[in-house]
Amino acid sequence: MAILSAQGINKYFYEPEKYRVLTDLSFEVEKGEFLTIVGKSGCGKSTLLYILSTMDTEYEGTLSINGTRLTGLNQTTLAAFRNEHIGFVFQFHFLLPEFSVLENVMLPGLKLGRYGREELEARALEKLRMLDVHEQAHKPASKLSGGQQQRVAIARALINDPTVIMGDEPTGNLDTTNTRVAFALLQDLAHTHGQTIICVTHDQEFAANSDRTIEMSDGRIVSHGHPLSA
Amino acid sequence: MPSTNFLIARTHLLAKKRQTVIAILGVTFGIAMYVLMASVLTGVNKLVDNLAFQATAHVRLYREADVNRTPVLQEVLRGTDTLVSVRHQRPKPERLYLRNASVIVGDLRRLPGVTGVSAQVSTPVFYNYGAVQFNGTMLGVNVFDEDRLFDLRGQMKEGRMESLLANPNSILVGFGLANKMNVHTGDNVTVATPRGVVQVLRVVGVFQSGIGAVDNSRAYTNIGTVQKLLRQDQTYVTDISLKMRDIYGAHTFGGELARRYDVQAEDWQTANASLVASNKIRDIMTYIVSITLLVVAGFGIYNIMSMTVQDKLKDIAILKATGFSGRDIVRIFLLQAITIGLLGSLVGVALGFALSYGVSRIPFNGGGFFAIDHFPVNFNPVFYAIGVGFGVLTTLLAGYFPSKRASLVDPVAILRG
Repeated sequence: MAILSAQGINKYFYEPEKYRVLTDLSFEVEKGEFLTIVGKSGCGKSTLLYILSTMDTEYEGTLSINGTRLTGLNQTTLAAFRNEHIGFVFQFHFLLPEFSVLENVMLPGLKLGRYGREELEARALEKLRMLDVHEQAHKPASKLSGGQQQRVAIARALINDPTVIMGDEPTGNLDTTNTRVAFALLQDLAHTHGQTIICVTHDQEFAANSDRTIEMSDGRIVSHGHPLSA
Repeated sequence: MPSTNFLIARTHLLAKKRQTVIAILGVTFGIAMYVLMASVLTGVNKLVDNLAFQATAHVRLYREADVNRTPVLQEVLRGTDTLVSVRHQRPKPERLYLRNASVIVGDLRRLPGVTGVSAQVSTPVFYNYGAVQFNGTMLGVNVFDEDRLFDLRGQMKEGRMESLLANPNSILVGFGLANKMNVHTGDNVTVATPRGVVQVLRVVGVFQSGIGAVDNSRAYTNIGTVQKLLRQDQTYVTDISLKMRDIYGAHTFGGELARRYDVQAEDWQTANASLVASNKIRDIMTYIVSITLLVVAGFGIYNIMSMTVQDKLKDIAILKATGFSGRDIVRIFLLQAITIGLLGSLVGVALGFALSYGVSRIPFNGGGFFAIDHFPVNFNPVFYAIGVGFGVLTTLLAGYFPSKRASLVDPVAILRG
């Protein structure tokens, strides 16, 4: 079953002059699939990821996730959809510096309101434990090292058990050990819990260990990789 | 349980305590100054109004020498082809009193809108004190009528006003006049009319109306005493003062009475034109200064909120990326603005009250004109309510535009760098 479907995606940049970043991209991602997207810098893979995450709405084509057609929906609806269904890990951790580590992880969950405060706190601590940063839970986010912050950011992306977890170089700031931990966690989420993972990465090993790798060049898909089902 | 947006707003405010405190102080000073200005200026207005009504009737009826009458010659030669030119016509020798005064007073007492009527005989006199003469005014009145209009009983500093009735040749002297002549209750003063009639009167009381011009020149006596002094009969009345329920209808009502009884009428607004004008100017000043203060406080908040939003662009983008909508962002920043506004306003009205109280304790000599010893301050709760209301409203407005801008932040543009 395709959990995410992108059809005929085109994207232009208008500054400094009109420039076509993405050309006719069409692909589907299966539920529980661990997909990586690779390509040279500037090939448009991050741009594609931001479109898939619903944050970038200025594109041609259609995007559906979990059976919902997202193209053309208003910003408020998209925000609610992101909150519930998409977890995003940025290349840089992007935590809120004034909040504690625990609060950073809990905020998207508080927004969703699926669980009460105490239960949510327990779940947030559990996610932090999976990434081995639970001991830092009550420190301000700004007091952690880069690697720790990146792991907290991954925990934040997982808090609402999203349908799709997206990462823009999610392990870019992690050492080898922590990269392995994070990779194993993501793989487990995909294969055991049926969550879909889409990661843009430069890391050859990371890509090689994923279920499928889409290769991009100059805004086009040059290889769709080998889908699980094949 | 507080909402998530509130938690975020609170964390933002607490994270930058100094900035928050400065923003709150901006509102505090604006509101405090508004409360102080409004309290002091309207305090002065109220004092002036009260004094004006203590000494001035709502409508005063009197007669004036008629200099603009038609020349007799013209009346005689009416209908003929003669051109009449009379230059520098003099007034007729006539007694300036209100004919039918008792009828007018009787009519007025029956009108439901009229709350008090007092017939008076007023004459300029000289008060002789040793070799020195002071000129002033003597007012012959019925003390009870006069008391109903001007609270004569409350104005008494020495003696009792009823003592006037016990002795026909007695007098109540204004506080300033009594000081000038160095007389007290029980002393005698000699009074001379312009026509040369001289009479010795006994001082039975001293009054103070609070208006220097009155206290320095006026004395009250029985109406009959003045009538005798002027060699006039009991129908001789020069002024009829009246008070009415609808004080702002005084002008129209006065005009009506003037036409009906063929007399001159003066209403309190005309009599106190300068006081009314200065009250208006103070009112306008209150508004201008208050609005300026609040606008300045508003710009301060706008500035700080804009800076906060600018500082927090990345945080806003992160919140949006994790599922907070533009509406949530507006709420988060508006909550911060409201908190600043509410705290600032509450501290502001408290400070305003403290300052107003301080001012009301400052000794202030009203001089000969006003009988007050402290600054007049009007502690009207309305100003405090308006202060809080305006403070919150201004901060809401000042916070809305930066918040709106924050909600439009494009997370992709910020987070991709």
